[in-house]
Amino acid sequence: MTRWGMVIDLDKCFACQSCTAACRMENNTPVAGPDQAERERTILWNEVLPFEEGEYPNVTLTFIPRPCQHCDNPPCVKVCPVQATYIDEEGIVLVDYNRCIGCRFCTVACPYQVRYFNWYAPEWPEELKEHLNPDPEVAPRPKGVVEKCTFCVQRRRKAREQAEAEGRPFNPTDFIPACVQTCTGKARYFGDLDDPNSLVAKLAKSPRAFRLQEEMGTEPKVYYLKQG
Amino acid sequence: MLQIDAQDKAKLIDPLFRAGIRFWVAVALLLAVIGWGGYMYVRQLIYGLSQTGMQRPAYWGVYMVNFIFFIGISHAGTLISAILRVTGAEWRRPITRVAEAITVFALVVGTLQIIFDMGRPDRVLFVFFYGRLQSPLLWDAISVTAYLLGSVTYLYLPLIPDLAILRDNCPPTAPRWRKGLYSLLSLGWRGNRTQWVRLEKAIAVLAVIIIPVAVSVHTIISWILATTVQPGWHSTIFGPYFVVGAIFSGIGALFMAMTIVRRLMRLENYITTRQYRNLGLLFIAMTAIWFYFTYAEHLTLAAGQQTAEFPVLASKLWGQFAPGFWLMVLLMGVAFWVLVIPPLLPRRAGRLVLFNPRLAVGSGVAAVILFAVMNYSRNLPLTAALSQPGIRLTGWVLVGLALLGVGLGGAFWLKDRLVTATVIAAVCVVVGMWLERWNIVVPTMTHPRLIPFWFYRPTLTEISLTAASVALFILLFLLFFKLFPAVSIWEVAEGRVIDEARSRVKIPAPTPVGAVSRPKHWGFEEGQQ
Repeated sequence: MTRWGMVIDLDKCFACQSCTAACRMENNTPVAGPDQAERERTILWNEVLPFEEGEYPNVTLTFIPRPCQHCDNPPCVKVCPVQATYIDEEGIVLVDYNRCIGCRFCTVACPYQVRYFNWYAPEWPEELKEHLNPDPEVAPRPKGVVEKCTFCVQRRRKAREQAEAEGRPFNPTDFIPACVQTCTGKARYFGDLDDPNSLVAKLAKSPRAFRLQEEMGTEPKVYYLKQG
Repeated sequence: MLQIDAQDKAKLIDPLFRAGIRFWVAVALLLAVIGWGGYMYVRQLIYGLSQTGMQRPAYWGVYMVNFIFFIGISHAGTLISAILRVTGAEWRRPITRVAEAITVFALVVGTLQIIFDMGRPDRVLFVFFYGRLQSPLLWDAISVTAYLLGSVTYLYLPLIPDLAILRDNCPPTAPRWRKGLYSLLSLGWRGNRTQWVRLEKAIAVLAVIIIPVAVSVHTIISWILATTVQPGWHSTIFGPYFVVGAIFSGIGALFMAMTIVRRLMRLENYITTRQYRNLGLLFIAMTAIWFYFTYAEHLTLAAGQQTAEFPVLASKLWGQFAPGFWLMVLLMGVAFWVLVIPPLLPRRAGRLVLFNPRLAVGSGVAAVILFAVMNYSRNLPLTAALSQPGIRLTGWVLVGLALLGVGLGGAFWLKDRLVTATVIAAVCVVVGMWLERWNIVVPTMTHPRLIPFWFYRPTLTEISLTAASVALFILLFLLFFKLFPAVSIWEVAEGRVIDEARSRVKIPAPTPVGAVSRPKHWGFEEGQQ
């Protein structure tokens, strides 16, 4: 069984946020507009978080791109009262938008703040509306439900369909999420963590590898390679 | 045909069939507030929860605070009246009805808060269709439903004999629908022996069952918070802390409600100072336990100094939530003072200037002025002797002293006004407990891990819905006590029978003290006490 995972090399990342932008185009996350953005209601499945350390003049600025960590032991799945959020057989944490009751318990429980709530019906400027991803799996979510990074499951589905059409077995290297594809510094790697020969599995064992807030016991499947 | 005491009829039954202009004005005002809340809620439905002040990371706000608060208030009733029934406290009789009514209405209003808070209220039944037993929210849905059903039954059962009394003693002018309602709801009660035995048994069983259910309800609400890993919530103390807080605020609400009922319906002969004194003792105990828990909860956070948790505590102690936190502490302190100090003062102390009510007024004014100066002037007048922090500290000490003056000056005035003192304490506790819920929910929400700290300010929508919820609570209360007697008629009558039987019992007592000559010894003069 595949266990999807991601590795992000912080040495190569220069915080251009093209992953954030690519994610928005791929997954149809709405445009918040300046008013709502100021109120912290932007939906960015793939946010680049800045961390400032030290005081002037000895300041270091670290950027950590943060997709959903797709924990093996996800706190959000545990608290959902209606099983709207679940972990699929390949370890990807997903949300059933037709089931979610909008209680926001999962957004509270997630220590990585990867889950976003639709405070209002999604909006786009006219020009952007024409360029929405037509895939039904990423159709705009209604107001009042929670959404989050899915490791681009619609791409996984398409890759499977294509493999089937070509009459060959599906290979974990057949698909990558939009953020990995677009990464300017080629800082992101994606693949099967259970396959010991895959690049991600090897990188995850690197001495530079660490995961965010491992002390929470969430067992995230996104690994970071230390800077410097 | 059930007979009823003439005084009970005049005091408890006749007012039910008279509705003065004041009643209708109150109903109209409350309906106006509720109507406004309804309008704001429809707006929220249309535009989504963006109408509230919530955002990331403050995903929960005033609605959650209200939910915890109202469910806490609901512990007034059933728990208190059940405990008093089980332990056979005779003085409970006139206040059980009010307590049980609070429970039911607070539960209804509390559950509404969850509906307000939901992004998709149309899917509320999914909790029962697709419920996951692992989720604390589902435990909550189960326990609140059980508590609601239990407390409605617990309100209804002792009401049955009263309904039969009402059915048989309706004034002839009463509207027909009310007669029909009473005879329908009284379930053919005739007051024979079999019926009494069954009723008493049912009440006794329910009183025992409802206690663990009530405890579970607020424990589970605390677990909604405590089972997450959010800084400041992940604590084992939350279960008992919430239950104690719930009973505490419940007693406060009960005091307020029973005083209003007593005043409006002139029930001084039914709800006497005995009820205030006895329940007041429980209240004092709960205040002490609350202080103990609050201290324990904050001390562990302060001593641990963990990177994620300490900022939450700091924001309460001296950061953006400090006003709410210290107001809560002050209110609880006032409640404790007002309940404990006046009865302890010896009568003779009234001659001291310290206990003059004028001192209270004077130091109250001084405290307010000092406080305003401290808050609105950035640079206080400096002297060569005092630095800026020094003068601030001096200022706070002076404010504290002025407040102490208010407490001392008012104490003697309150000594003879037990009901006033209790109501002051009750209002302080109810407001303080709302603030406590706020201080638990909001600081943690705004101090998350990984992303920057944020702030949360409720909007007009949330304030309106909160006001409408309080109005709905009062309205339900008003209407209920316009339809049903505010004091359990049969229980009070039963209490009278017991009292009378007791008064006939001859207790072997010594002869009065004055008749015995005191032995002279240890240099005491005769007659010296």
